[in-house]
Amino acid sequence: MSYLLPLMVCFMVSASVFIGRDVISVKDFTREEVDYLLRIASEMEPLAESSSDILKGKIMATLFFEPSTRTKLSFEAAMYKLGGLVIGFSEPEASSMKKGENLADTVRVVEKYADMIVLRHPAEGAARFAAEYAKVPVINAGSGAEEHPTQAFLDLYTIMKEKGRIDGLKIALMGDLRYGRTVHSLAYALSLYKTKLFLVSPELLRIRREVLEDVNARIEVSEHSNIEEILPEIDVLYVTRIQKERFPDLAEYTKVRGSYVIDLNVLRRARSDLIILHPLPRVDEIASEVDSTPFARYFQQVKNGLVVRMALLALILGAVKE
Amino acid sequence: MNAESWETLFMRILQNICLVLGMSRRTLRVSKIRDGTVIDHITSGHALNVIKILGINGRSNGIVTIAMNVPSQKLGVKDIVKVEGRELNPEEVNRIALIAPHATINIIRNFKVVEKQRVKLPSIIQGTIKCTNPPCISNSENEPVKPIFYVEGEEPLRLRCHYCGHIMGKEDVLKQY
Ligand SMILES: [Zn+2]
Repeated sequence: MSYLLPLMVCFMVSASVFIGRDVISVKDFTREEVDYLLRIASEMEPLAESSSDILKGKIMATLFFEPSTRTKLSFEAAMYKLGGLVIGFSEPEASSMKKGENLADTVRVVEKYADMIVLRHPAEGAARFAAEYAKVPVINAGSGAEEHPTQAFLDLYTIMKEKGRIDGLKIALMGDLRYGRTVHSLAYALSLYKTKLFLVSPELLRIRREVLEDVNARIEVSEHSNIEEILPEIDVLYVTRIQKERFPDLAEYTKVRGSYVIDLNVLRRARSDLIILHPLPRVDEIASEVDSTPFARYFQQVKNGLVVRMALLALILGAVKE
Repeated sequence: MNAESWETLFMRILQNICLVLGMSRRTLRVSKIRDGTVIDHITSGHALNVIKILGINGRSNGIVTIAMNVPSQKLGVKDIVKVEGRELNPEEVNRIALIAPHATINIIRNFKVVEKQRVKLPSIIQGTIKCTNPPCISNSENEPVKPIFYVEGEEPLRLRCHYCGHIMGKEDVLKQY
């Protein structure tokens, strides 16, 4: 029986695998690790209502070289809820910084003050690069159009909470799949589970080939131009914004835009238990009339983002006991 | 005539030489070289790419001979490039491996092969080529960063950027030279 032991050990995930760890890409995580993170997140729910001091004396630095109020607020709130402190800067100060100091030097300065760095940067691969220089753990809070792993974790948590499972679900990702970092991370994350993925986008904004190939190697994926043909089948609809700047001319944008708006009329053909998610901010891709229907779960996502980030911070800083 | 059109002209002459060699290979042997490098077993059709990737152009010194579609037991047909008066360094050999993974390199001194090696594509390529994804951090001029790629396939070539995950093929490599 002894030969079974190492096998069992590698399937058993404990809090220790998260201590001091960088969170760069969803691809760096196994399904067991993600399941474990989601479980700790649900244990954080009561702490999100009250507060705690498990990260007392710890400092998190938020380095936002690109504006993102929501993600920054969510990380900061998570840290405060756990009794920790936050230092950092965001875009306006960062732009003056960009002229002088580079990212490699910035992280080597900031690590002297902070126990962890949360980084948002316009360059793809920036978080991986920063982590190679930083001695403290780096959390990727968005690296250009590449990835946004913590958003994917909170999306998974939302699906798990609202649907009771992830395995066996049919999930559609709709909108800008090419430049949407949340979509890339979420597609990787969903491929850890037994899901079926429908990718709905204009031709020009199809998901990147490298993401499609990686995901398709693990689960069934199909690409579509129209949500209506698949809507009756799906359990989860994840909507992202299509920006007009992505199109070479305005006429092309106006032509496709209407096909990627979700309103009550489109939803007539949906399953009654369909849930709709959106990474926010939403503009007009989901009509406000949808907000009051049972389909809409995008505002629940925000709260889930808080507990998932609390779980991640507590795990990485070693505050979760086995 | 500007430098660019010299280069075009040079390439055209090279191609003509190849055609001549191809048509009369029974009688015309590619001449032996005294000192330099013979790159043999190049995937057929890639001789000119090897020339390109080595940065050989109309302004380079020394005789360069190209043979295309030479019968080969191993490959069916192959291309050969002979570069007079130049011994390739390991970095150049690596570059050749990217586009002609079966090539062999023969270093010639005084008409004799003094060194013979097969090119070998390393599993990780550092610094030789750039990531073709413009917003990749490895293209940043202010950062102390060296591009790193993982070789996921040799034929067809498939490289994955360590930083941004972008996948590149043979065309992406050739574009850079
Ligand atoms: Zn790259």
